[in-house]
Amino acid sequence: MAADYVDWLRREGRIVIVGASLAGLRAAETLREEGFTGSLTLIGDEPYEPYDRPPLSKSVLLGKASPEHTELPRRRELDAEWRLGVPAAGLDLTGKRVLLADGEEVDYDRLLIATGVRARPWPVPEEAELDGVFVLRTRDDATALTEKLRAGARRVVVIGAGFAGSEVASACREMGLEVTVAERAGAPLVGALGGVIGAVAAELHLENGVDLRTRVTVTALEGDAMGRVRAVHLSDESVVEADVVVVSLGSMRNTEWLSGSGLGAGPRGIASDAGCRAFDFRGIVTDDVFVAGDVARSPHALFGYQFLSLEHWGNAVAQAETAAHNMICPASDRRPHMWMPAFWSSQFGVNIKSVGVPPMGDELMIIQGSTAERRFVGVYGFKGRVVAAVTFDNARWLEYCQRQIEQGAPFPVEYPTVDRRPEGRQPVAADFPDPSLPTHGPTVTLSGYSPADRRLVFTPGHH
Amino acid sequence: MTQPSLVARITDFANRADPYPLYAELRRTPVLHEEEGEPYVISSYWDIESLLHDPRISSDAANMTAAGADELQSESTGLPPSFIRLDPPEHDRLRRIANSAFGPPHEPRRVDDMRGELHTIVTELIDGFAGRTEVDLVDQFAYPFPVTVICRLLGVPREDEPRFRSWVDPLVASLDPETRQSAGPEFVQAAQEARTQLGMYLAGLVEERSKDPRDDMLSDLAAGKGPDGAMTMMEVLSTAVLLLIAGHETTVNLITNGMLTLLRHPEYLQRLREDPELAVNIVEELLRYEPPVQLVPQRTCITDIEVRGVTIPKGSRIWLMLAAGNRDPERFKDPERFDPDRDDLQHLGFGSGIHSCFGAPVARLETQIALAELARRLQDPRLVADPPPYRPNAVLRGPRHLTVTFDGLNP
Amino acid sequence: MRIVVDLNKCQGYAQCAFLAPDVFTMHGEEALLYDPRAADEHRDAVARAAAACPVQAITVEGLHQGAPAEPEQVLTGAPWEPRDGR
Repeated sequence: MAADYVDWLRREGRIVIVGASLAGLRAAETLREEGFTGSLTLIGDEPYEPYDRPPLSKSVLLGKASPEHTELPRRRELDAEWRLGVPAAGLDLTGKRVLLADGEEVDYDRLLIATGVRARPWPVPEEAELDGVFVLRTRDDATALTEKLRAGARRVVVIGAGFAGSEVASACREMGLEVTVAERAGAPLVGALGGVIGAVAAELHLENGVDLRTRVTVTALEGDAMGRVRAVHLSDESVVEADVVVVSLGSMRNTEWLSGSGLGAGPRGIASDAGCRAFDFRGIVTDDVFVAGDVARSPHALFGYQFLSLEHWGNAVAQAETAAHNMICPASDRRPHMWMPAFWSSQFGVNIKSVGVPPMGDELMIIQGSTAERRFVGVYGFKGRVVAAVTFDNARWLEYCQRQIEQGAPFPVEYPTVDRRPEGRQPVAADFPDPSLPTHGPTVTLSGYSPADRRLVFTPGHH
Repeated sequence: MTQPSLVARITDFANRADPYPLYAELRRTPVLHEEEGEPYVISSYWDIESLLHDPRISSDAANMTAAGADELQSESTGLPPSFIRLDPPEHDRLRRIANSAFGPPHEPRRVDDMRGELHTIVTELIDGFAGRTEVDLVDQFAYPFPVTVICRLLGVPREDEPRFRSWVDPLVASLDPETRQSAGPEFVQAAQEARTQLGMYLAGLVEERSKDPRDDMLSDLAAGKGPDGAMTMMEVLSTAVLLLIAGHETTVNLITNGMLTLLRHPEYLQRLREDPELAVNIVEELLRYEPPVQLVPQRTCITDIEVRGVTIPKGSRIWLMLAAGNRDPERFKDPERFDPDRDDLQHLGFGSGIHSCFGAPVARLETQIALAELARRLQDPRLVADPPPYRPNAVLRGPRHLTVTFDGLNP
Repeated sequence: MRIVVDLNKCQGYAQCAFLAPDVFTMHGEEALLYDPRAADEHRDAVARAAAACPVQAITVEGLHQGAPAEPEQVLTGAPWEPRDGR
């Protein structure tokens, strides 16, 4: 019976993918790759075919690529219907329909949600609307920002020193602009990599001429009579002049369109089982709604089955492939999404890579190289095992670390390694901030059950 | 009558023409250690790949404590070890400086800009076959081509080649484990002497280049303009000796093995004639199928390590059998078949990890151009002897001669 | 041509930057920058670069003549106003 359904679905079912970016595209390709011959519809809120975002803060800002041309290569012919430039506005789980913002409805037999995240805007709308204030997430954002930077901008303030903010600061310095970075934490990247590595990142900023202000928040963006931003006010009462402000305060998950749908969706994403099937708001798994990419939150076997949200490029690809596979295969062939978290960033000419879940680690050991030289391999430990690693310009050692994580290798690393320095003989506290404080991406959100997520009101029945 | 050990059979010259059945036998014991004094031999793709990225594995001869350890101590040659025999951080520093004279980010176009020149050299060499119907592709093509290229790159006068060849040959021979074991101390002595002589010869050139820099690597190495500063004179010489030798011997074999393989698979030779772009995939598949560096014999572990349940004690000699891993059926579909159309090209032909082949991009371009032009211009080429006579070396494996007859030359 | 490099796989071997320097550049020792929409004149160089990548991290669309045409698009209306998150 169920097998008959899967056969029918594979042959002539209707699959709808909401979200036409990296995860949506790779899922669509995988569906076709694995023999799905039914109808395939991709719905995207941006009017563009799927494009790659990482270059927007790197190659594009540095003038090596056009913001209009980072479209993702296709791995194969898709034969799909594209509904681009119109966001999904609602979901009818019972009627199996996606409602679009223009009033149209699209019916599905199985649905994949890959709506991703958007940049967290500056919280004061009238300040956010000042000319010269930008976020950087989309192609349009990148077009606007690069135009402004090339049109004679002189002083840039970046709010938030996560990866994206640091990359923007790095590119702007390379363009010869004056750059101030304001960061609430004690150093850049602390949310993702902890305070020890954050201190190394801070040195990179300072050495490259960034005016780095840590432990400050921005209290106001000030505009001139023409509505152009002219200065940024900081919590230490200093004022920094600026003609460009880049707000880089992490991201928000695109789940609002699902409110009231009955799906387990909220500000922390959409919860799913390990096979990418979404939970409803009662915590019961659905059969025909799948999630993938930045918007998903799923339990990871290697990390104590904690629910992880991974805003990682590689996760979008891998989870999309797993979700697509599970959507059109018999139950016995389903596979769990077990991707090893991994991300990269390049800033100030340094290549930063990581595997595993650094914020899970409470201790850190520099097992090769030296933080002073900005070339090193660091591994993070938690409860006696290796849970993550980070490299600065040392990428060729990372796969070894990945195998150590996969094997639950012991921490601290007692054996010798080539290029071990005195600083790497003992573990040190990794120095992550209190996890209850907000941080920037590319984030791994370690989120088990949170009372704040409660949506269900228990009303005792009356007999 | 016991059979000789598998390692002895692999290094035995009698098996040089076709070691692949021995490699298949090797893979049945993923970690092979036959007797005291023999190396630990690793032959499966994934194991090799993983050990090439393992920070407990050292390339530094000083860490080798096992019996049969490398006797070619550098101190006696007066030159420090080159970066191929060093670990980070020294390895990384020297390789970065060498790279700053060779490739991106500092010299992003040096290699790409040579393409026209590579074509010219190849054209001249093939033009030299005019009026003949038989040539030795090794002596008349595959050897002079990369030697000319490495001389141009480094800035070594091409006309000095006969001089330094007499030093290069014993040095290369000394890289062969079998030769080293059987030839005795005077042989090792000769190799050390050759290295010293070659170093002195290059010292003279470096001296000239530091006074009168040109657009070549020796000038750049002497000037040391990169962010890591300069190498010492001795480091420059060690590096130059390494690059000169590596630029010689490996590409010669890649080109020769390539032509031999194409002559054994005429359908690909024909396709290459019609579509020179096929050279790109042919070269990658060659690096898998007939890698010019068959094994990495110079590794050891700095602590006891466990591979597939076998403990390899600290200080042991470890051989990584690249050519065996390249034909591992657990990694490649139909591994014994030469198939340039395969979509999986992730071979170990250039190694992997921090010591991966420094000259890889040049070797690739040279071989792509060489094979495409030979295919295009030789009319109906045929092998005179199959298998051809091989060089003694088991590590840098390739034919000593490859005599080919043909009906004529296309312009 | 459209290009994407899986930079999780990339280990900075720089083969692409050697072989197609107009498309791929190294930024520092190990970080790669590239033009995701390389001009057709670099086709041969990109083919060499993609094949040479030791970790096979480069995906190219339109490398071979007769590559798939631009996909058909069904646009429904103008670009939408950004949502305010309500």
